[in-house]
Amino acid sequence: MSTLIEIFNLIALVAIILIPFLKVKGNGIIALTTIGIQVAIASIIAYSVLSGNPIDYSYTGSFITGAIPIRVDYLSAWFIIIISFTFLTGAIYGIQYMKKYSDQKANLALHAISYILAFTMLIDICMVQNSLLFLVAWEIMALASFILIIFEHNKKETLRAGINFLIQSHVCILFLTIGSMWAKIQTGTFDFNGITQFTSTSPALIGIGLFTFFFFGFAIKSGFVPFHTWLPLAHPAAPAHISGVMSGVIIKIGIYGILRMILLIETNFVTIGYLILITSVITGVYGVMLAIIQHNLKKLLAYHSIENIGIIGIGIGLGCLGIGYHNHLLILLGFGGALLHTLNHSLFKSLLFYSAGNVYQHAHTVNIESLGGLIKKMPHTAVLFLVGSLAICGLPPFNGFVSEFLIYLGMFKSLNGVDFSFTALMLFAILGLVLIGGLAMICFTKAFSIVFLGTPRHINIEKVEEDKKTTVYPLYTIVGLILAIGILPTLFIRVISLPVGQFSISTNPASVEAFDSVIKTSSLIGVYSAVFIAFVAIMYFLRRFFTRNKPALLSTTWGCGFTGSAVKMQYTASSYIRTYRKIIEPFLRVRKFKSEAVGIFPAPVHHETHPYDKVEHILIDKPIGILRRILSRFTFLQSGNVQAYILYGFIFITLIILIPEIYQKILVLIKFLNHL
Amino acid sequence: MVSLILIIATSLFFTGIIIRTKSIASGRKGPGIFQPMKDIVKLFKKGSVYSRTTSIIFQIAPSFYFASILMAILCVPLGNYLGVISFQGDFILFAYLLAFGKFFMIISALDTGSSFEGMGASRESLFSMLAEPAFFILMGSFALLTGQTSFHGIFSTLHYGSHISYMLGILATFVFVIIAMIENSRMPIDDPKTHLELTMIHEVMILDNSGFDLGLILHATNLKFAMYGAIISNFFIGDLSLMYTIPIFFVVQISFAIAVGIFESFMARFRMSHNPQFIFILTSVSLLIFFGVLLLLERFAK
Repeated sequence: MSTLIEIFNLIALVAIILIPFLKVKGNGIIALTTIGIQVAIASIIAYSVLSGNPIDYSYTGSFITGAIPIRVDYLSAWFIIIISFTFLTGAIYGIQYMKKYSDQKANLALHAISYILAFTMLIDICMVQNSLLFLVAWEIMALASFILIIFEHNKKETLRAGINFLIQSHVCILFLTIGSMWAKIQTGTFDFNGITQFTSTSPALIGIGLFTFFFFGFAIKSGFVPFHTWLPLAHPAAPAHISGVMSGVIIKIGIYGILRMILLIETNFVTIGYLILITSVITGVYGVMLAIIQHNLKKLLAYHSIENIGIIGIGIGLGCLGIGYHNHLLILLGFGGALLHTLNHSLFKSLLFYSAGNVYQHAHTVNIESLGGLIKKMPHTAVLFLVGSLAICGLPPFNGFVSEFLIYLGMFKSLNGVDFSFTALMLFAILGLVLIGGLAMICFTKAFSIVFLGTPRHINIEKVEEDKKTTVYPLYTIVGLILAIGILPTLFIRVISLPVGQFSISTNPASVEAFDSVIKTSSLIGVYSAVFIAFVAIMYFLRRFFTRNKPALLSTTWGCGFTGSAVKMQYTASSYIRTYRKIIEPFLRVRKFKSEAVGIFPAPVHHETHPYDKVEHILIDKPIGILRRILSRFTFLQSGNVQAYILYGFIFITLIILIPEIYQKILVLIKFLNHL
Repeated sequence: MVSLILIIATSLFFTGIIIRTKSIASGRKGPGIFQPMKDIVKLFKKGSVYSRTTSIIFQIAPSFYFASILMAILCVPLGNYLGVISFQGDFILFAYLLAFGKFFMIISALDTGSSFEGMGASRESLFSMLAEPAFFILMGSFALLTGQTSFHGIFSTLHYGSHISYMLGILATFVFVIIAMIENSRMPIDDPKTHLELTMIHEVMILDNSGFDLGLILHATNLKFAMYGAIISNFFIGDLSLMYTIPIFFVVQISFAIAVGIFESFMARFRMSHNPQFIFILTSVSLLIFFGVLLLLERFAK
């Protein structure tokens, strides 16, 4: 297996060196084949691990890094599978998406290199267990994602979003570095096992502190509120396949990190469970609340990623509480639900982003308010988007329902908890998840209907035609998987039980019993999902049978007697959510620009509303404003004079040399004074 | 299985009773209780008119909606007699199946490109979102009280012992009645007899449906009413034998229908802007039930 892992990285290296020397078409082919071979290798590794042969070996490394342990356990294997699949679909979709940019040769080559690099590093992050190398891989991954995001760097917006991402991902790395350094200083090793050693011998509070550092770091990557502000900016800026990959798997690496730390750190898991659960419920509800008011389709989907991270987090929180209270059913349902939802979200979110990409390619806008009626010209994309919407709302018979069901069941089963605060917490979480579900439905009925149904609002769709071979058929494989998880959940839950087993003693009779009951319930869900599909199909064919000889006339939509063109009278996205927006107004900052119609012949009036994230305003904009005001006092230092800058360098070096000297002198002085 | 047959039987005359009650309350004789069903059969035989704006969604939505409600009915038990679908957490499936149907009705309304139907869709999605927490908290309270997590488990082990438990039963019935009213778009949230599109919710969503599809939608409403009636009757059945359960079931259903009729005769619809507040009251009532359960189980002491 070690050779396979080496080959995996070597292929990436060869491809990266090769790509700059090739023509545009060759670039695409090389990138796709590289990703294809790498995915194949990664799948072999993951498969062999999941069939019971965890990989555990070590490179000697250098005197800086120490030994470099490579450990691929069930958890890593599960994430390797998720990452590989989404990167493969992303590459296939990306090839055709990038065709219209074929004149930007250098830019495309850089893009291909970054794509391969990001994939390789993500897989390596899952395998390497040396914190120094982990951070290096993490950094390369962050830089590669940055380059992927700013593909259209000639647009100012894109560059802004990219730099925002770059800064925030370095704040994330800062937290991770502090956490790693803390563990390294205490144990003297970069090996992840050092963290376990360190926390098992120190009081629980230290463990919680260490976990908090790592959690903050990983939370920035995965977009937990209030660390989510980079997400809604970066996703609309990136090309569609990058948004899909980023939302599908790159943010999930943060989830991997959190789960890894839960495995490594030994501490009081009840406190951690409370921390994660409360953060996640807020994340989920806040994410979807803001998603509804977005009118940029990709931004809306980005906010939905935040919501889904919240759902995954609720699962993780439940699992932690399960560990804390030794409740095996809760461990299984919590972590199982979280891991399954991670896969599910990577599937339907990438599907939604790719469909949004199709919309963008044909309608040249993702502003929901301008779209409409696309189902008539792009029926396949509409079906794909509809399936994605139903799945993301957690509706049966699709995959989202299974994972949300597991989490729900975990909460209902543990309502009768150990104490009052636990019961109240479960109630809070149930309330949160229900609200998330209901709000997601408002959001996706809006997104689907306004984009695909009705009549076009501000676009011309006469010439729109789907390119079925490249933009549609590959996406149906994702739909197939979404349905497969919905109908045959036991297959996947059996696999998930392996990584979940790492969190508890899986041979424990209570754990075996819990596993059996979950398998039984989920197999029933699968059966009923299939029955439901059959039901719907039967109903549909019955209707066709009964109406086959009936007359069916075509007419205009009923408009209360109004017979003129009703295109501009259609309900828009803003009007659809107006009542909702009024209710949640206290949580929002909505900037309104309104001009009144005055006089007998009024000039055209405009009304604009721009919803803005309140958390971003308080946590990002205000501190930055303060920082700017303070730092602006020092602008005189920026003289633009080279001599002056050399002087600063000189002063700096002198200070560095002098400070220890001065320190010594002060010590001597103090000693002298003491003697007196 | 028993519950399925009984619910379908009830759905045939449920709306008829409401209409009859309303007629009698307003001093008219009124149609027979099977009249709504006759209307639906008549609709089934008719042809349809489709709007040129609509797409395939508009045509499939009514069938999907109907199928989802039938499937949800399969989850409902009758006292000690299992529903066709019964497993741990079946009420979650129940709620999500209904949501599936609603999703399709909403997008089908928006498919017509009509501003009226968009308005109805907007209201429907918001109101059902607001009503959902009440259902889940209610089920959560009873799950906590009985230690069960399926409809059948909860209803067959539900016993009324102390005064508090009777109060909980009454409150739960109240919450379910109001949820049923919201889900079926009746008073005081929505007035099915209004003639102004601007003030409708459900009725305005189906303005463009006709013929077979309209029949399906109307009958789906009947089924939904009977389904909620069945859930309410379950609060009073416990684990009695079939000999008692069936009469109790019908008594509850009929009195529910009469209550709805009387309610609608003597009450006006709320202002649309006050509906969200009213619906959210349900959540607080169900929270009250939850804390009542905690009181019963003496969890506060710990």
